[in-house]
Amino acid sequence: MTFDASSPRVANPAAAARATGFRRGTRSTAASIGLHTALITASLIAVFPVFWVLVTSFKPDARAVETTPKLFNESSLDNYVRVLSGEKGDFLAWFGNSVLIALLTTAIAVFLSATTAYAASRFLFPGKRSLMLSFLVVQMFPFAVLIVPLYNVLLALGLQGTSLGLVLVYCTTAVPFCTYMLKGYFDTIPQDIDEAGRVDGLSPFGVFWRLVLPLARPGLAVTAFYAFLTAWGEVAFASAFLSAADESKTLAVGLQVFVQQNRTEWGHLAAASIVVAIPAVVVFYLVQRFLVTGLSSGAVKG
Amino acid sequence: MAEVAYDSASRIFSGNPPVRAVDQLNLDVADGEFLVLVGPSGSGKSTALRMLAGLEDVDEGAIKIGGKDVTNVPPKGRDIAMVFQSYALYPHMTVADNMGFALKLRGVDKGEIKNKVAEAAKMLDLTKYLDRKPKALSGGQRQRVAMGRAIVREPSVFLMDEPLSNLDAKLRVETRANIAALQQRLGTTTIYVTHDQVEAMTMGHRVAVLKDGLLQQCDTPRNLYDRPANAFVAGFMGSPAMNLKTVPLTSEGAKLDGVVVPLSRAALGGASGESLSEVTFGIRPEALGIVPSSEAGMDMTVELVEELGADALVHGAVRIGDSSERFVVRVDGRTPPTLGQNVKVAVRDTSEIHLFHPETGNRLDG
Repeated sequence: MTFDASSPRVANPAAAARATGFRRGTRSTAASIGLHTALITASLIAVFPVFWVLVTSFKPDARAVETTPKLFNESSLDNYVRVLSGEKGDFLAWFGNSVLIALLTTAIAVFLSATTAYAASRFLFPGKRSLMLSFLVVQMFPFAVLIVPLYNVLLALGLQGTSLGLVLVYCTTAVPFCTYMLKGYFDTIPQDIDEAGRVDGLSPFGVFWRLVLPLARPGLAVTAFYAFLTAWGEVAFASAFLSAADESKTLAVGLQVFVQQNRTEWGHLAAASIVVAIPAVVVFYLVQRFLVTGLSSGAVKG
Repeated sequence: MAEVAYDSASRIFSGNPPVRAVDQLNLDVADGEFLVLVGPSGSGKSTALRMLAGLEDVDEGAIKIGGKDVTNVPPKGRDIAMVFQSYALYPHMTVADNMGFALKLRGVDKGEIKNKVAEAAKMLDLTKYLDRKPKALSGGQRQRVAMGRAIVREPSVFLMDEPLSNLDAKLRVETRANIAALQQRLGTTTIYVTHDQVEAMTMGHRVAVLKDGLLQQCDTPRNLYDRPANAFVAGFMGSPAMNLKTVPLTSEGAKLDGVVVPLSRAALGGASGESLSEVTFGIRPEALGIVPSSEAGMDMTVELVEELGADALVHGAVRIGDSSERFVVRVDGRTPPTLGQNVKVAVRDTSEIHLFHPETGNRLDG
């Protein structure tokens, strides 16, 4: 038997592709233009609101909302100066509070969820199924329902109005979700590696600390990012659980001073929003190279 | 350097009914010996190895390494090194770090680790790759790194769990010889798990055959092949497998398709002692041969000829009683019969006949 008979068949797909004008991996000019137009349009729609906030942040309040908006109209850095100098409320204190609360939430949530997820991924223990189920159930309650009971709990603990109390509240939502996410990630790390580590002389905690955590860095980055965002932009819990004093507010709560019943200071609000967005962008930038692998690595082993 | 002993060790997985993955295993491995655990999948061979490694609990009995009871000692206290089927290299470390990791954990001096890693790398031809991460290595190189990681430790026992099953056929044969030579050189007690009976035969000083968690036989490869303790071992060891058929027994011998094959006195004695009317008759393909049609033999219709070059395997049907049984005969590769041909097959050497109890499967001549 020779392979002569099969060679015309091998040539066939190429010929067929030429006849219809398509080849694998290339597309026609019209399709290219259509595709790029659609993508560019969608990108512009997505970017425009952020862009307009940026434009507005440089305009005085009187020029912020106009019938014929202009890109530049008496633009200056005045809004930023006023916001940052604390003329409208102790902005820097809010900023500090937010950073502290978000970082604490991230640290506690990542630590707790990583250890919990490792246990759930590797060990058999009674109540494992119900634990994971309860984590899932917790996600199903709307935040509004939780405010009153959480308020009572914090009051009983003497943590009402403190930053630590708010951090714990954020952890109640961040930890279950992060645990789920990390358990899925840990499950993709072969158990053989744990066992090789144990044979090589690691204690069970050593395996977690020196092998599993370094390998789970993409998963940890995603988790940290999620936990940070949970705390950074949250309004409802923050306004309910922090004391009303101006210097103890977080950014998300503080921004409300620019929006009052009869008057909205668009310029200041926009400037403050831009400043608020910067740390989130920084965190995103730091973890983004892990985010892509992190979000997809659950799918295939590698 | 140490001897290893399984003392009625069992591993029982909970379930309904509980599964005895390893059942009352008694096995003594001498210092410096290369012992191969072999069996079909689910036979408990890997579980037995993992029990020795401390990765699996011992539910009954005990395990000793170097005379010391290690039944309840965690893996890190057992002075063992293990090569995994998946290699289980640490993906975030370089080859050198992978190999030196165990020494680093023991607090060995950095310069000494470097020397030992370099020495092992030289032995395994890995010197060029010491700075690479495992993902930048080929399968064969990864396998060698896994071996290197075990060697650098200088443990008292090597454990290998199917270390060659992820390699391609050619590399497997090559690496097989390398591992055997390396073990010879280092003289370290080695327990090697495989499902491949060719690996077992070629590598082990002794081979332990397991089935359903029970040890069937543990002996040298030669003895396993020549005197299998039961029908399972007879069928498992050797490729192609032994022809095993249940045939009627007469006072002269076993009755196959009108031909009575004379049997040894010991075998006949064993069979008559149990007053059996049937026996499981086993004969390896190479102990059968095609004879001219004038001579006495079984009539076989050729159904399949596998030409292997040096020889050929002829599969064919032989009538035994009312049913048609399949036999495999090894013949000279240059003159194989053709498909559909009727040939006469005879036993070349009656001393190569194995008789087993038709129900228990045990060897009849003791």
